[in-house]
Amino acid sequence: MTETDVECAKQDEPIQEAGNVEIFIMGKRYEVPVGFTIMKAIEYAGYQYVRSCGCRAGFCGACATVYRKEKEQKLHFALACQALVEDGMYLVQIPFVPAYKAKYDINDLAPEDNIILSIYPEIARCVSCNTCTKSCPQDINVMMYIQNALRGNITKAAEISFDCIQCGLCAMRCPADIKHYHVGQLARRLRGKYIDPESKELNARMEEMDKGKYLDEVDKMMSMDKDTILDLYKKRKIEAKGDLDEEVDQ
Amino acid sequence: MDMLYYPGCTLKTSAKNLETSAMAIAEKLGYRLVEMEEWNCCGVVASLTSDDLMHHLAPLRNLIHIEDQKQDKVVVLCDMCYNTLKQTDIRVKESQSDLDTLNDFMDKENDYNNTVNIMHFLEFLRDEVGFATLKKKVKKPLKGLKVMPYYGCMLLRPREVAIDDAEDPKIFSDLIKALGAEVVNNPFNIECCGSYRTIDQKELTSRRAKNISSFALEHDADVIMLSCPLCKYNLDVRGKEAESMYDGYRQLPTLYFTQLIALALGLDAESLGLDLNAVDPNPILKKKGVID
Repeated sequence: MTETDVECAKQDEPIQEAGNVEIFIMGKRYEVPVGFTIMKAIEYAGYQYVRSCGCRAGFCGACATVYRKEKEQKLHFALACQALVEDGMYLVQIPFVPAYKAKYDINDLAPEDNIILSIYPEIARCVSCNTCTKSCPQDINVMMYIQNALRGNITKAAEISFDCIQCGLCAMRCPADIKHYHVGQLARRLRGKYIDPESKELNARMEEMDKGKYLDEVDKMMSMDKDTILDLYKKRKIEAKGDLDEEVDQ
Repeated sequence: MDMLYYPGCTLKTSAKNLETSAMAIAEKLGYRLVEMEEWNCCGVVASLTSDDLMHHLAPLRNLIHIEDQKQDKVVVLCDMCYNTLKQTDIRVKESQSDLDTLNDFMDKENDYNNTVNIMHFLEFLRDEVGFATLKKKVKKPLKGLKVMPYYGCMLLRPREVAIDDAEDPKIFSDLIKALGAEVVNNPFNIECCGSYRTIDQKELTSRRAKNISSFALEHDADVIMLSCPLCKYNLDVRGKEAESMYDGYRQLPTLYFTQLIALALGLDAESLGLDLNAVDPNPILKKKGVID
């Protein structure tokens, strides 16, 4: 369907007023209800997800979506499970990104200035075009964490990339063929393993689990009926809020 | 007084001692080098082809960061960064259409408005502080130390970005004299160090290091003074490797100009990263009474 056809269709039927928007899934026109997420709209249009769909809650990064709106010059990026459909969206999903991931044993590395550069030397090809940042559905300053990796600032690279969900759109757009999300992951692993202080609480909890401290609780829950479990779930303590506040105050 | 300062990646990795020594001497002279809030790689090597604007994005983005910080002057320590930033700055000052294309590409960022003055730290010391003032602040003149100045290419070429006469530069000699040391003039002070051939042709670079240093050795120089981290790497590391290629060859130690200034200002030698050298400068500095 050409853009002229779209114009004609629009004149014939005022789609927006009917509570629908017009979208194009891989070039094919559909009308879907206003307020749907892209994911829901694609399913509404009759597609069944085999790939490109995971947690449906904005965390897993499986539903990377690329779209361009009618008559717009710029390409846009989103997570299908999070972004709402808008009139005139031309949509396609990227279920998989071919991006080589280096093999390394984190225990054999040291958090040295050039460690990331030695594992992913292509980060030196960054021309600071910032296309990666503009393609990130999580609004991460992707270029800046690559730049920090380049200058050996592992701590900062890990911090900036923290919200990455590994959708890979940055790597698909990079003119220097950098695999940003793997770089960010390496930075976070290095920081967690070597730079940040060890979490004593985590170690204590792991030890408790190894000793089987919670096995009785698990067994107890396994024998409960669904309603009891639901009831317990609703009454659960979400965070030890008082403890946390104290920590923050210190 | 605060001076906005652009570091560049090398000063955060393999040339940390250039940064620490520069910071220390700036402070001693009554200035504070304040690192830019946000910066990226300088772009490393200015692109000279007319249709390759992509490689001017990195330097231009840094210039935008400077304008975003409401500053119009920046001090740069690394010769390569200085050269790359300056060449892009000149290019967009001369070509409005190139600047428009780059500004258009960076649609979300602020436009660059051609307001930034890029200064090498050496220019800053010569033109803002003044070598005469520096000389007055010298606590421990480097008396008897024979220093060979080595410029390399990035401070002096192309002519448009040169901080001194491209064929007959004097800034290092003037600085060495201000510090009370002796200048060993030599015809190799603007020779190329081998630059990035250090990656794929190590032996070629070692050979160049030897050629550059041999004259100085014959004329009893004690150390080589330079400013570029890449020259430093090639003369120091590849020069050291030349020792195993040529019988009896001993590589001269290299020092950043900031390290020599720091020594003359009586700053603590240990904080200047003299230990980060492949060729240890400590023995000769001790012998000449520069350090204890």
